[in-house]
Amino acid sequence: MSVDAATVRRIAHLARIAVSEGEVPHLQGELNAMLAFVEQLSEVNVEGVEPMTSVTPMQMKKRQDVVDDGGIADDIVANAPATEGHFFLVPKVVE
Amino acid sequence: MTDLTSLTLAEARKGLAAKNFTSLELTDAHLSAIEKARVLNAFVIETPDQARAMAREADSKIAKGDAGPLAGIPLGIKDLFATRGVRTTACSKILGNFVPTYESTVTSQLWRDGAVMLGKLNNDEFAMGSANETSCFGPVGNPWRREGSNTTLVPGGSSGGSASAVAALLCMGATATDTGGSIRQPAAFTATVGIKPTYGRCSRWGIVAFASSLDQAGPIARSVRDAAMLLRSMAGHDPKDTTSVDIPVPDYEAAIGKSVKGMKIGIPREYRLDGMPAEIEKLWSEGAAWLKAAGAELVEVSLPHTKYALPAYYIVAPAEASSNLARYDGVRYGLREQGKNIIELYENTRAEGFGAEVRRRVMIGTYVLSAGYYDAYYLRAQKVRTLIKKDFEDCFAKGVDAILTPATPSAAFGIGEKGGADPVEMYLNDIFTVTVNMAGLPGIAVPAGKDVQGLPLGLQLIGRPFDEETLFSLGEVIEQAAGRFTPARWW
Repeated sequence: MSVDAATVRRIAHLARIAVSEGEVPHLQGELNAMLAFVEQLSEVNVEGVEPMTSVTPMQMKKRQDVVDDGGIADDIVANAPATEGHFFLVPKVVE
Repeated sequence: MTDLTSLTLAEARKGLAAKNFTSLELTDAHLSAIEKARVLNAFVIETPDQARAMAREADSKIAKGDAGPLAGIPLGIKDLFATRGVRTTACSKILGNFVPTYESTVTSQLWRDGAVMLGKLNNDEFAMGSANETSCFGPVGNPWRREGSNTTLVPGGSSGGSASAVAALLCMGATATDTGGSIRQPAAFTATVGIKPTYGRCSRWGIVAFASSLDQAGPIARSVRDAAMLLRSMAGHDPKDTTSVDIPVPDYEAAIGKSVKGMKIGIPREYRLDGMPAEIEKLWSEGAAWLKAAGAELVEVSLPHTKYALPAYYIVAPAEASSNLARYDGVRYGLREQGKNIIELYENTRAEGFGAEVRRRVMIGTYVLSAGYYDAYYLRAQKVRTLIKKDFEDCFAKGVDAILTPATPSAAFGIGEKGGADPVEMYLNDIFTVTVNMAGLPGIAVPAGKDVQGLPLGLQLIGRPFDEETLFSLGEVIEQAAGRFTPARWW
């Protein structure tokens, strides 16, 4: 399988990465090189094989249903590019 | 007094205990070595004040007889580990001037045991790369050069800063992470020892995530013993990482020098690649001969799905990366580029903040997870992954204790020499290491010799899950036979 220019633009938008028209042919070539490389997986017989969900056979631990953290709003917003009090600021989302 | 930076970690620990020198002296010796080696670009931040404060504290604990196992030992920390109050960026512009308000579990355990932080080490952006060339802080120089040449070579990646700094005697050991070979490949390129432990052995909490089902932390050090000492402090259960395993951490150092007599070592025939350089082939046979001479038994084994590991990795890892890196949105931390609306803000921030390799991988990951392609790519790759793991399980079920392979298909290469036209050329560097991540197994790279140009080459040993001890025992045999390698100082 390979991707065309329209697909490259669609993927870029899904990935929320702005791509200029000039970058599309180059990206298309690179993505197609990667897709050509992974194409060899189609020759493997995976009939009846379970997809891997956990690399180590272990039961995922459940945490106790208790509050063990919190009250650190200052820390949470400490690295934000724009804040007001303990809120993150973004451009208007709802009209 | 000999140059304190040339000691191994084990030797330094003895010297500190015997009060031959203080941690402050040891730390100052390293800080001055770092200053003189800035051309290598191994450190992205030096923290001399913090280092000296930590060294003084270690000295007072040593004086009181209350020293931890790594008391006073100066280390470098890969910039993927969150360090409280010290800028952590994963060497990406998108994290900007991110200063964590918390400490990663692995580094907090090193400080608990008395280690001293010298600074943060360069790496490929978000650990995506095999040459440390994708860092937003620029490439790292390998302290090794070809005989008679002034060309600067790459130290490998993604833990290139860690490997370069350890090889150049700038720190006594370093933390690193390995998603497809990022500890073992740079270790092989710099004649250092690097171990990727079993998935779940070290907590991933506070380490910038790349591909969560593959990422593991581990040390890079100058000897097998030093690596064992570091891993003991780094490993252990952490309730904050649900994939970290709740089993006791053994005293890895006790495995050093243990007899390997009667151990069964698998030599996988699928790792004998067409067109493999004769010197890699020779190194591999030499390694096998050393283990045999130490009493191990060699058996040929088959891992039939080996060739599919790298393509499957280049679906699974980008898919997980596209998901993990969705958090870099210009809202909660790091870089923000303005846009007319929130979508444009995201798109502009991520276009400006991510480098070319990261953009490429996030896009491929987005594609293989998108509607209509998920089954053909992602689901199939996860099934192939099951088969890769089964290959190893079948092999271990036949009584094989460990598997010996080359660590890399070549020695270090020049900056800008690979992957310019085709990204896959660079990816092939990880052909021998990536299987281990796909199967969640432990793997160690140990220096074993040099190529005709005088560049170091390494061997890899792959072990059963949670049997790092066997790798340390076997790695020590190789180190004893091959000797240790130090680059001539040119910086």
